[in-house]
Amino acid sequence: MEIVNLFGWEIKEKIERGEISEKEVFDAFYERASSSSLNTFITLAEGREEKKEGKLRGIPFGIKDNILVRGMKNTCGSKILHDFIAPYDATCIERLKKEGGVILGKTNMDEFAMGSSNEYSAFGPVKNPFDPERVPGGSSGGSAAAVANLEVPIALGSDTGGSVRQPAAFCGVFGLKPTYGRISRYGLVAFASSLDQIGIIARTVKDIALTLEVIAGYDPMDSTSSPEGVPPYSKIIEEPCGYKTLGVPEELISGCDEEILNAFQRTLEILQRLGHKIVRITLPHAKYYLPTYEIIAMAEASSNLARYDGVRYGLRVEGESAEEIIEKTRMRGFGPEVKRRIMVGTYVLSKGYREEYYGKAQRVRTIIKEELEEALREVDFIITPTAPFLPFKLGERKEDPIKMYLSDVFTVFANLAGLPAISIPGGRINGLPWGFQVTGRAWDEENLLTFAYHLEREGGWSLRQ
Amino acid sequence: MEFEAVIGMELHVQLKTETKLFCSCRVEFGAPPNKNVCPVCLGMPGVLPVLNKKAVEHALRVAIALNCRINRESLFARKNYFYPDLPKGYQITQYTTPIGWNGWIDVNGKKIRIKRVHLEEESAKTVLEGDYAYIDFNRAGIPLVEIVTEPDLTSPGDAVQFVKTLQTLLRYLGVSDADMEKGQLRCEPNVSVRRRGEEKLGTRREIKNLNSIRSLERGIRYEIDQQIKILSSGGEVERATLLWDEKEEVTRPMRMKEEEEDYRYFPEPDLPPLLLTEDFIKEIRKTMPELPHERKERLIKEGLREYDADILTRDLERGRYYDEVVSLTSDPPETAKWVITELKEKFPPARELAWIINAVKEGKITRNAGKEILKEVIEKGKPAEEIVKEKGMTQVSDEEEIRKLVEQAFEMHPEEKERLFSGERKLVGFFIGEVMKLSGRRANPGVVKRMIEEMLG
Repeated sequence: MEIVNLFGWEIKEKIERGEISEKEVFDAFYERASSSSLNTFITLAEGREEKKEGKLRGIPFGIKDNILVRGMKNTCGSKILHDFIAPYDATCIERLKKEGGVILGKTNMDEFAMGSSNEYSAFGPVKNPFDPERVPGGSSGGSAAAVANLEVPIALGSDTGGSVRQPAAFCGVFGLKPTYGRISRYGLVAFASSLDQIGIIARTVKDIALTLEVIAGYDPMDSTSSPEGVPPYSKIIEEPCGYKTLGVPEELISGCDEEILNAFQRTLEILQRLGHKIVRITLPHAKYYLPTYEIIAMAEASSNLARYDGVRYGLRVEGESAEEIIEKTRMRGFGPEVKRRIMVGTYVLSKGYREEYYGKAQRVRTIIKEELEEALREVDFIITPTAPFLPFKLGERKEDPIKMYLSDVFTVFANLAGLPAISIPGGRINGLPWGFQVTGRAWDEENLLTFAYHLEREGGWSLRQ
Repeated sequence: MEFEAVIGMELHVQLKTETKLFCSCRVEFGAPPNKNVCPVCLGMPGVLPVLNKKAVEHALRVAIALNCRINRESLFARKNYFYPDLPKGYQITQYTTPIGWNGWIDVNGKKIRIKRVHLEEESAKTVLEGDYAYIDFNRAGIPLVEIVTEPDLTSPGDAVQFVKTLQTLLRYLGVSDADMEKGQLRCEPNVSVRRRGEEKLGTRREIKNLNSIRSLERGIRYEIDQQIKILSSGGEVERATLLWDEKEEVTRPMRMKEEEEDYRYFPEPDLPPLLLTEDFIKEIRKTMPELPHERKERLIKEGLREYDADILTRDLERGRYYDEVVSLTSDPPETAKWVITELKEKFPPARELAWIINAVKEGKITRNAGKEILKEVIEKGKPAEEIVKEKGMTQVSDEEEIRKLVEQAFEMHPEEKERLFSGERKLVGFFIGEVMKLSGRRANPGVVKRMIEEMLG
């Protein structure tokens, strides 16, 4: 087997056994990534760090370009940070490096993680490895496409409303968004602070488990990170998972494309054959998920992106006064989607509207959270398709933000409620990948990953080529 | 027509913590520009705030000292606006739930109500030089306590007394040096004027850039006069924010009402709610230092005149020194006299001053000798007892010895002696002085006086 076909954990074991060297591994992936025609990476590492023992020894990682890696460019897919060199390592990067993980490069993304197709990157769109005329999903499109195209075994992304899970589904790989607070956000460039969470994309659940156990856990630099203990996921998932009850929220998924819905039905049948129980659940507020998400995400984004003013770093367009510098810099530095969201976010927070929009959205969010926690007392997991449609053609939805936002219809609730969710590759429809999403209880990545690994091995969803 | 002024005050106090409010950069006055900065206080991408516990303790102390109600759970909020000295494009502050609210402070017998006390972060400092504006981020993220009063002040003098009282309080609490000239305390009064007897408040205007007690007084006075002028001539005061021009001693409008900003406040998602437990609040209450009014009351009870007690309350350093000395002399009025009138900037070790005070009281040395010894103790850092021994300054109270000296003085001034003995009693003082000189200031003046009177018969 070629090196690039190996899973992350296999690479580490082979290096430890002396069957391959760190350099061979790095070179093989570097070669593949640098010759890729998918536009997956914005920056590739200039060299490998010194080899180090550890749980991730020698495994190359693709890092979404909104997670800071000291000394490397961190563009967030935006012109406004086109030349910004990260002055420090994000906590998750520090932990990866400490366990011997190797940074291969920074992956392409929708500008400031705002988008579901990767077309809103200032560095050009990423192409879907299964059909270069189609989008890889977003906003972690570079990370998902790079993993699917064997340019890197594991990649980190960020997930605010589905940005890890939806591209994972579009590219036919696994994508986990952990519980809010599970992985430190220190060093993740904020889009919407109360929803953002770093996620992991790989071709096997085992690699996700291994990475999670290294980067998860309390960080004194992030006051929203949790002191909750981090179990050794990569060992735990080998245990039998038992029979589970999965809830299908029918009103939520009813608007799905038919081909996806059919494939999803077949998936449920396989699950039943494996001995799991499928039940219908009701989520009365499902129709409010997307608008609630959008108001909160855009409100927080409008504030989080205020720091890009040309004063201290990044792009600066000169002017006669400070106000002019700030105005011109932001005018030229941000793309249209980012501007759109900043404008909406500013609006929903302004005097006279704040209560009607932001205030109401916060109250609805509390209801949504309770509704989902309630549902998860009845069932072990909630299961849905990850996205309501297949990877679409480049340009197809770019000019219609409302259609674009629909990509997140099944994914945002996990962010609103802070729950862990994983997208599992469901196979192909007309040659294109699709995925389904399993959502678990807060802090219970353990059961979620064990279940996903069991499906990977026994459900016929293995990606071993 | 008679007018009265109504004044409220908003104050910002820089807290004296070791590190900034949300990062571990040092808080230091006068450091070279942009020395104490890090990704967090520079608002770099990806950073997050971590709350400084010491700053919370300080803010809580202020709230308690101002008799505020305490919010057990308080939220941080983002105040959004663009300004080059605001690194994140928003300031982390408290909006709906300040740490303290609904308090009061006594200013010379008048109760000034406190609306709120809350914690927030400082912005960077802009320095204008030539055509450029330079920004120093050392200041960005220093913890501030904002104190807002109700409009309970009625004159510039009131406002000055209020600020001075607050300054003393803050220094007592050890939370801030509260030096206006250094920007550690900034006052923004809002002033309105109404016809006496009227209940409705007039339109208020806020004055900024008052960088000293003097400016505070003059700025408010100027603004009251302006508003009276406008109202007397039948005009209407427009709401505005004004800047005090220290050179010209006038206020200039910074922005009018219609330009008022919308800060789009919302809860800070990067910080969980701040929960103050019962135990934590109790602990802070228990470790509260003696407050100014408590101290003054105690000093008066101990036997000091109100005037002295006041000095030893306002000047905390002197006051604390007094406490130390008095514990060794057990004579409050005498100790206060020495500490207030005989010491300037430098204080000798407390036991030295105490030794001198006790020696004078016991008649070992004269008061004047004591003052001289004190000077030497401060200058040379030698123990008082040693100086006395070296110079042989021990007081002479021996009657025989003194009688000899008196006789010597009579011999030297036969004319004055003649007048003294023929009834000119005021010359007693003259001869006491002479005997003191002859004794090298060592004679006990009381004994000298007695001897002369005895000889007069």
